[in-house]
Amino acid sequence: MGPLVFKSFVIGVLSGVVLVACLLHFVPVVDQHREASLISVQANGGNTESFHVNLPDDRIVLGGAGKEVIPANLEWPEVAVLGDAQAELFKIRNRNDVVVGVASRISGTGSATGNVVEWTLHLPARGTLYANLQPLPDEGGSRSGRLRAGTREFASMQGSINERTRAIEDGRDNDSGPVGRIELVTALVREAEGS
Amino acid sequence: MRYALPWFAGVLVGALLFLVVLYYNPLANGHAMSPLAVSGQPLVDLAYSRVPAEAIAYTNNGDKRLKPYPEKIGELWEPTIRKTSVLVTLLSDGSGTARGLGVKFASESERTTLLKGEALIDSAWHVFLPDSGSLFIDQTENMWFYVRDIVLPARWSSADSWRGTWYGVTTAGPTALGTAKVAGGTGRFADVATEAVEAINARAYSALQGPVSATGSLTIVAVEPVAQQ
Repeated sequence: MGPLVFKSFVIGVLSGVVLVACLLHFVPVVDQHREASLISVQANGGNTESFHVNLPDDRIVLGGAGKEVIPANLEWPEVAVLGDAQAELFKIRNRNDVVVGVASRISGTGSATGNVVEWTLHLPARGTLYANLQPLPDEGGSRSGRLRAGTREFASMQGSINERTRAIEDGRDNDSGPVGRIELVTALVREAEGS
Repeated sequence: MRYALPWFAGVLVGALLFLVVLYYNPLANGHAMSPLAVSGQPLVDLAYSRVPAEAIAYTNNGDKRLKPYPEKIGELWEPTIRKTSVLVTLLSDGSGTARGLGVKFASESERTTLLKGEALIDSAWHVFLPDSGSLFIDQTENMWFYVRDIVLPARWSSADSWRGTWYGVTTAGPTALGTAKVAGGTGRFADVATEAVEAINARAYSALQGPVSATGSLTIVAVEPVAQQ
């Protein structure tokens, strides 16, 4: 083997190292699919955004003691501490009816918590929202609540979230549950720096 | 042409060498010890099974080795949620007594950099403990060491499985100390802002089914509520 052949091999080794390093550095390993955020800007500089859940199609899980469960073969744990707690899991859609994330809704009564209704909205490309709602709906059937925490795009945001459930009479066969829609409207504003 | 062949051979050897160094990178070390172990503050420990079939429900896009549970559960096949999984599980305390419910959302993170030994997951917990309160945990998890020490050896094994004892803290942020952020919701956690870490204790893994025997644990720093502004 001549010295030039050996030099070519050594240059090749270095090239291989640089090539893989560049590949791992510049080519993204994960690329989350994004939908455009459909936001309305408010006068105070904040924004409102609405999401919804189409029932029953978007309900992934419904569990609670002594209640009908979804999917039908779900085994809800029979433990006293859960009491009347109910957990639901949904796909959530934006204004264009496109699925943009998943959400959990937990409700129930605890000795330390009283009546609780909470939502966590997880939008993989954007972040997560966590909100507490009033346990009882108002006269119009809506519940409002406060954003408790937000991550990534929603970090350092504060504001409110409103939940409204309405039945839809469209004549569809509703063997898998009532046909309706849960509407969630967020009104968020970025916290002032230093507050 | 005379020098092209050795150059190509060199590129292959160099690429392979680099990947081997990356895999065995001695500078990238996982957390075997929780950053909260020396906090001196009271801690709340919650445990759950990481085996999907032992959860209340588990779902993902249906194409992964970890199969959704129970069988007829809806799958997350839409493009925006394809890289996300959700676990609904019972949470127990250190003595194995059930304490409440936990819902964990986990999405592959775009900040993943294998060059730094990072396979990141953006995850969030929604926790409801009727006798204590409710809370939300925001964390970035680094699963690289779990993949390197358990998942890959199981796939390379002729028995398609791994057995042993492995413990690691997966939480790697978002705080500077590598802990998760906790926001309280109700009960004793109302208006609490504190920290937490998640760890995995694995004993058996199947390359075909995923975890066979593994528990996850959440350790939360218990602090008093902050005054309302």
